[in-house]
Amino acid sequence: MPSELIHEFMRIDHLPHIWCPGCGNGVIMRDVAVAIQELMDDPEVKLNREKVVIVSGIGCSSRAAGYMDFNSIHTTHGRAIAFATGIKFAKPELEVIVLTGDGDCSAIGGNHLIHAARRNMGLTVVTFNNDIYGMTGGQYSPTTPAGDKATTAPYGSLDRPFDIAQLAAGAGATFTARGSVYHVRETIDLIKQGIRHKGFSLIDVYSVCPTYYGRKNHKGGPVEMLRWQKENMVPTARYYAMSEEQKAGKLLVGTLTHSEYPEYTDEYDKLVKRVQAEMAGR
Amino acid sequence: MAGKKKLVLDTSWCKGCGICVAFCPKNALELVEERVHLKPDNECVLCGLCEMRCPDYAIWLEDLEE
Repeated sequence: MPSELIHEFMRIDHLPHIWCPGCGNGVIMRDVAVAIQELMDDPEVKLNREKVVIVSGIGCSSRAAGYMDFNSIHTTHGRAIAFATGIKFAKPELEVIVLTGDGDCSAIGGNHLIHAARRNMGLTVVTFNNDIYGMTGGQYSPTTPAGDKATTAPYGSLDRPFDIAQLAAGAGATFTARGSVYHVRETIDLIKQGIRHKGFSLIDVYSVCPTYYGRKNHKGGPVEMLRWQKENMVPTARYYAMSEEQKAGKLLVGTLTHSEYPEYTDEYDKLVKRVQAEMAGR
Repeated sequence: MAGKKKLVLDTSWCKGCGICVAFCPKNALELVEERVHLKPDNECVLCGLCEMRCPDYAIWLEDLEE
């Protein structure tokens, strides 16, 4: 019998999961479970577990919807946000959480991502961003750093990588944040903020893929990859206390953008009521 | 008694990644035949970092039964 948390929130007959030794995805999936548990226990929020829906697409990350014991749906490649949009539209009272990967969300599903962000759909998107397509054998993804190697970039990728959180913010997302596998507590808090935020929120969580990305790029094993996160990713308070020189090459772990804008299903509801009133008045 | 904890390991779920061993602040863990074990002579303070970092949910803190 695993820990109470895992027993309570995971389908334990499907565990241990299929992710490789040292894969960061297991940690991120646990972060999501802890975030939900803490919001259920928070008297201000009292998140109802029955209202939570976990939606995923395709890829290593997206196995999470099968492991997590909630109302869940494992959809087609890149379309997690599209399915999630449909679910949110049908029942806006649901708390729809999308678990996706860098390829699923920013390549195949890039269009869904930017348009859901533009509409400010009330979804929470958590990306398991490992810089590579793991499940299919290590092809480079839109977040593979330029110059890094993959099976489809044996001499190094020429492409400039996406910063998924910046991409979403630029498209209109009203809450964006960056987390990491190393920064567990910070990432749980960011996921909680994302769930509580009304509107489109995206938490880009840097995962680690020791099997493909790590090995191809001589980044060492999982321990070395986590040490890199520890040394190069900096939580909010410490980051903002740093000089510009110290910030060079470092990545903020924390909230990147936070703004208010009308949520889409609310606006749709208003539109329906307005048109119905106009029709009735005719 | 509430608050008392113990460390529990399920080596059948451990994949031997070594993350808990490397990040344990008390160096209380080791890999034996690629599976996590608590060192016989350890100074575990039940901080729970291993539970937080284990990607495979193979190690955790549990309330101590009476």
